[in-house]
Amino acid sequence: MEMILNFPCLCILLTMFSAIISSALNRRWARYLNTFVVTLVGILSAAVLMFTLTSGKSYVYQMGHFPAPFGNEIRFGSLEAGMALFFSVIMLLSLNGGREKIRMEIDPGKEKLYYIMINLLLSSLLALVYTNDIFTAYVFVEINTISACGMIVITEHGRTIEAATRYMIMSLLGSGLFLIGICILYDMTGHLLMEYLYTSISNIMAAGTYRIPMMVAIALIVVGLAIKSALFPFHAWLPDAYGYSTVSSAAMLSSLVSKGYIFLLIKLIYRVIGFEVFFGSRIINVLFVFGLAGMIMGSVSAIRENDIRRMISYSSVAQIGYIYMGFGLGTGAGMVASVFHILSHGATKSLLFVAAVGLTDASGGHKEFDELTGAAYRNRLAGAAFLVGALSMVGIPLFSGFISKLLFAQAAVQSQGKALAALVVLAVSTVLNAIYFMKTVIRIYTPTDKKYEVTAFGYKVSYAITLGCFILLNLLLGLFSQPITNWITQGLTILQ
Amino acid sequence: MGGNLVQNYGEVVAMVLFGIGFTNLLLQKNMIKKIIGLNIMDTAVYLFLAEKGYITGHIAPIIKNGDFSPDTYINPVPSGLVLTGIVVSVSVTALMLSLTIRLYRRYHTLDLDEISTRLKKEGR
Repeated sequence: MEMILNFPCLCILLTMFSAIISSALNRRWARYLNTFVVTLVGILSAAVLMFTLTSGKSYVYQMGHFPAPFGNEIRFGSLEAGMALFFSVIMLLSLNGGREKIRMEIDPGKEKLYYIMINLLLSSLLALVYTNDIFTAYVFVEINTISACGMIVITEHGRTIEAATRYMIMSLLGSGLFLIGICILYDMTGHLLMEYLYTSISNIMAAGTYRIPMMVAIALIVVGLAIKSALFPFHAWLPDAYGYSTVSSAAMLSSLVSKGYIFLLIKLIYRVIGFEVFFGSRIINVLFVFGLAGMIMGSVSAIRENDIRRMISYSSVAQIGYIYMGFGLGTGAGMVASVFHILSHGATKSLLFVAAVGLTDASGGHKEFDELTGAAYRNRLAGAAFLVGALSMVGIPLFSGFISKLLFAQAAVQSQGKALAALVVLAVSTVLNAIYFMKTVIRIYTPTDKKYEVTAFGYKVSYAITLGCFILLNLLLGLFSQPITNWITQGLTILQ
Repeated sequence: MGGNLVQNYGEVVAMVLFGIGFTNLLLQKNMIKKIIGLNIMDTAVYLFLAEKGYITGHIAPIIKNGDFSPDTYINPVPSGLVLTGIVVSVSVTALMLSLTIRLYRRYHTLDLDEISTRLKKEGR
């Protein structure tokens, strides 16, 4: 049992060292090492998840030889372990689904570098999930940004370089705000570890002094992370970055990178700022309004889009809006719904990206809707997978999207004063989602006589297995939602 | 209020610099000026941290003559944070500069908005 407590730290170190070792390997061995490490991290995280679920407690793991107020710590409970498992599963599936594309689109000399970036991305995600120290969180936020940028520019293309530059600028603005926020918090409390910060902040708030500087610091941290996770007005870089990078990158950027920042924010809300302080402040109203705006504007932009990859990207903007809307409701139920939506959106959006690439390849590489007519007949499996993803995004029962919409609606009803706005926007957004996803589904299932050269890509075994796993994951989240929401609720309770 | 501002002039300067750097990074069109803005912003944070860690009259935390009294030394943690932050900002600056070089080689301009309009005209 003692052994399992080492696993989270081991996972972080393993991914970091594999990134370093990959630089000395050739592309084939770098690929094998990456697959092995991601799988191993998944298995270890599953073991930690089982262990924390049975014990129902959270554990603190001391790094180095300095005890609590000074040293660095890792902390994990069932929620963190589950997130680590989820991230590694999605990463493995996205990489497998886009493997052919990686081989085709990336210069063979650079494929190795791509796997280095992936390893670094996983290590920074794990560190964001597990860390108990806010300055460590800042450092890994930057590592996450750099590796995400590397994943975008690896396909050398004018659009991706421009998108990566815009992404970096937005991210750096966000991390600048985050950094100054944590520096102000450190100055006011004198601590960097989360428990001590929590105690100091609740003391300061109870004493009633320095209320405004404290709120400024909290607002800077929240806004910084919101900018980094592409909340509505800060999403300009997103469609190009997701639309033109290689498909595995797009799937991972939408379902892992932005989710890592959001999970860090959840952790900060519960463990540093404190649930009551955060929900008593007016920051949540701002998040609520921008979340609602994102839900509508993201969907409207998606409807106007004529490129399937960019349409899916704009849909991500709307889904990030849902998650922040859940924060803005200011109830525990809203947070549970948001965490569930992180899982549901992660599983569905990567499925959609991977399925879309099968469809476009069956249409001679065209991404425009005119050319996609009947694509589902040319690649039946990708068509079926896209249908599942679309149904889930719209919120049809059986699929994961339905459960997250249901949870959001239930949370909205419980919240005071925000129920009407949240429910109306939820309904409108669902209709808009249905418009653009059903339009696409009808388009790909319309028979056509036009002939395209059939690439072998769509019928590869590993691609088929990946799509099968994604569909299964979606159904799993949709059908067994009760145990999952129980796990999230329990995880959020012991997060404090 | 005014007295506090004069007394904590270091922090005030840091915040003003942070604002200058932030607006430069956000609003400048020229990539190099954006990167300069980024560096001003990060340096402002380090000035803020260093200002907070320094205690007037105390010396650098290197133990001399077996003196372990906390009244002799400054707080070493903010200095450590500054060092970590410098490493991060150097790597981010290097990445931004390399992206700028790529863009310049392709489009022969440093103006990001012009590059975007050109990309939109090309249609892909």
